[in-house]
Amino acid sequence: MSKLKSEQEYEKTAAFHFFRWLSGSKDPYLDNVEMKPQEEYKEEEATIQERMREQQMIRDKVYDTEKNKRLLFFRYFYRIMAVVFCVVLGGLLLVTVSYLPPTGRASKPDNNEVAARYIENGMQETGAVNVVTGMILTYRAFDTFGETNVLFIATCCVMIMLMAEDEELKKQELLNDRRYEPKNDAILQGVAAVLVPVIFIFGIYIVLNGHLSPGGGFSGGAAMGAGMILYVSAFGFKKTQRFFNEEVYKIAKVSALCVYGLVGIYYYVTGANGLDNHIPLGIPGHIISAGIIFPINICVGIEVACTMYAFYALFRRGGL
Amino acid sequence: MAGQMEFVQNFPCFSIMLCMFAGIISSALKGKAAKWINTAVLCANILMSAAVLLFAVDKGGYYVYVMGQFPAPWGNELRVGVLEAGMALFFCVIMLLSLMGGRHKLIQEVKEGKHGLYYILTDLMLSSLLALIYTNDLFTAYVFVEINTISACGLIMIRQNGRTIEAAVRYMIMSLLGSGLFLMGLCMLYDLTGHLLMSNIEGKVREIYLAGTGSSYHIPLLITIAVISVGLAIKSALFPFHAWLPDAYGYSTVSSAAILSSLVSKGYIFLLFKIIYRVIGFEVFHDSKIVNILFIFSLMGMIFGSLSAIKENDVRRMIAFSSIAQIGYIYMGIGMGTQAGMVAAVFHVLSHAATKSLLFIAAIGLTDVSGGSRKLTELTGSGYRNKIAGVAFMVGSLSMVGVPLFSGFISKLLFSQAAVQNEGKMLPTLIVLGISTILNAIYFMKTVIRIYTPVGETEYFGVTWRENKGYAAALVCFMALNVMLGVFSQPIVDLIGVGLDSFSA
Repeated sequence: MSKLKSEQEYEKTAAFHFFRWLSGSKDPYLDNVEMKPQEEYKEEEATIQERMREQQMIRDKVYDTEKNKRLLFFRYFYRIMAVVFCVVLGGLLLVTVSYLPPTGRASKPDNNEVAARYIENGMQETGAVNVVTGMILTYRAFDTFGETNVLFIATCCVMIMLMAEDEELKKQELLNDRRYEPKNDAILQGVAAVLVPVIFIFGIYIVLNGHLSPGGGFSGGAAMGAGMILYVSAFGFKKTQRFFNEEVYKIAKVSALCVYGLVGIYYYVTGANGLDNHIPLGIPGHIISAGIIFPINICVGIEVACTMYAFYALFRRGGL
Repeated sequence: MAGQMEFVQNFPCFSIMLCMFAGIISSALKGKAAKWINTAVLCANILMSAAVLLFAVDKGGYYVYVMGQFPAPWGNELRVGVLEAGMALFFCVIMLLSLMGGRHKLIQEVKEGKHGLYYILTDLMLSSLLALIYTNDLFTAYVFVEINTISACGLIMIRQNGRTIEAAVRYMIMSLLGSGLFLMGLCMLYDLTGHLLMSNIEGKVREIYLAGTGSSYHIPLLITIAVISVGLAIKSALFPFHAWLPDAYGYSTVSSAAILSSLVSKGYIFLLFKIIYRVIGFEVFHDSKIVNILFIFSLMGMIFGSLSAIKENDVRRMIAFSSIAQIGYIYMGIGMGTQAGMVAAVFHVLSHAATKSLLFIAAIGLTDVSGGSRKLTELTGSGYRNKIAGVAFMVGSLSMVGVPLFSGFISKLLFSQAAVQNEGKMLPTLIVLGISTILNAIYFMKTVIRIYTPVGETEYFGVTWRENKGYAAALVCFMALNVMLGVFSQPIVDLIGVGLDSFSA
């Protein structure tokens, strides 16, 4: 191959540079351009403030009622209509109440055979001294099962809203467990140490005596839940989790509802098919008596206590 | 005690309890297991409801199922007839298909850890719907209305972004106002009659009604009827109370939108049917003039709902606004105050439930192949990119407009027949029906033409049905259901007639 130019001379020509670029043997940027590692874009303090000010300005302009007459009108209209609506609805209902039969008369329509049987035969038929408990847990057991499920589904919805899913977030929340409460408050802890056992025992008493005296699963469960909330605010989640964590919560809740459901379905199906259900009613007044009321009260109590505590824990730190 | 019961007669009780058990047990399980339990429960419920329906058609009339040892005025009871069993079957099928069609969006839009909660909500939602369908006790109905309301809020807000939370709060406030009114009405009714059992209330209400204006209970009875009707109308989004609807249906995850539009509002409407026939009594309700108010609201809803839908540029919100018009159709049937109007209303409940969930699920397929944008302009040509969703959307639109062969045609036909038999309300009904049909055609056909307008170059990729078989299967089933309601309508209409007769017996 004959060469008109020497190697060194050829390297200086434009043709050499062109063909070298074309073949890709040299990256034009390499060694020629100073390369710096990319940095994350940081907005300066001044620009942030500028941006915020602009946003605020837009907001101010949009909601400036001097210029935005429609907004002004809407605000007043909305307030006036809200008041008018409430007054009209309240007035309508008050007028209706004045027409309703007065309370306490013997001639009132709800003094009929339904109430009579509840009061007169309630104790013999359900075995419960407390007629109200007998009514809601035996005569109308299905309604009460629905009502217990209302609590269950409400907890599920609060979980959707507030349950911390992210592991990072969870850790953060766990560390910040006492953001708003005093740490190791001596007075609170002292009082809680005395009160919590009493509240628990009282709650259990209300649940177990639901068929004998005023009370039952709902009120007793609420008392127990309040005891747990007091304990957790005094001693923190770490100590509470030794005996009540998410696992225990799930087991308690699921088994309580399942037992209630199973007892319920056995009771409904035997009742509907005219079968004998073999549930002894016991002697009215004894602690173990009143057929299905006793186990159902315990289940309802557990469910209500769990729900109360779960609401508190979820609102406070997004987890149990 | 009703003599020897057949085993099949236990099924309504079993299906309600089964859904509740499924929800309770799912709360201790992971999302996958909850999904399988949910599907199994839905399939089991479909089989059981079908068995009950066959039994009810065979025996005719209705039977009463005592929930417990004590008969009705003292204990709770269920009442099962042809209409109840058919409605339960239909609701279970729609729910299964809606969940199947929206499953891929659920996985995308809802956080992994919350899938289990979603299935708990649907299980309990189904149990409450079944209980609303079967119960014969007004207070039991209220308890399950509560479950229904809370789980509907959860279904809306489980896809967590600003719009859904705002929509859920709105839904909650409006819905609680509705529940509150319903509860107050129920209390007043109890005070007036002393009963919670539907059939016993009816007898007492008839006595008050026959006593006429001489009875001091005449005015509170009227207000009670109004309060209950308005409460349920708010919950099922009748026209002036519909403000919560577009956001709730437009932004929630697609299964929720389908379930809310086709089942939740229909559950309340079914409860209203029940109250009209079995609590207040058809004649008393008709003479109370509340009917006329519902009728006027429904006519306004049919027009204003469609007008809002025409203005809308977001396809999901457009379908949501169309729901307001369709709810108006149902209330128009109620408002006519005749048996024929009621039959048409019940048929439209079925027809709208089958069509609206189809539309929501088809629309999600179209927006997915348009870069996730819901703007109508972006949807151009999307019918070619996702063929099955395009066809399904067209079927749904044609049915909504009322083209023969599809279910919407039959309901429009039934409404017009009912209108012709009704002297006073014939003219407004027919005029508004005509206007509403034209408006429906404007916005649905506009969308159908747009999705089938070819575009030369597009940055969006198409998908075939093989990529998501569950979705395609759900759409095919929905279309089949729609055509079935349109083609084999006569037996279904006959069954509804029989069901309504035993409903009021």
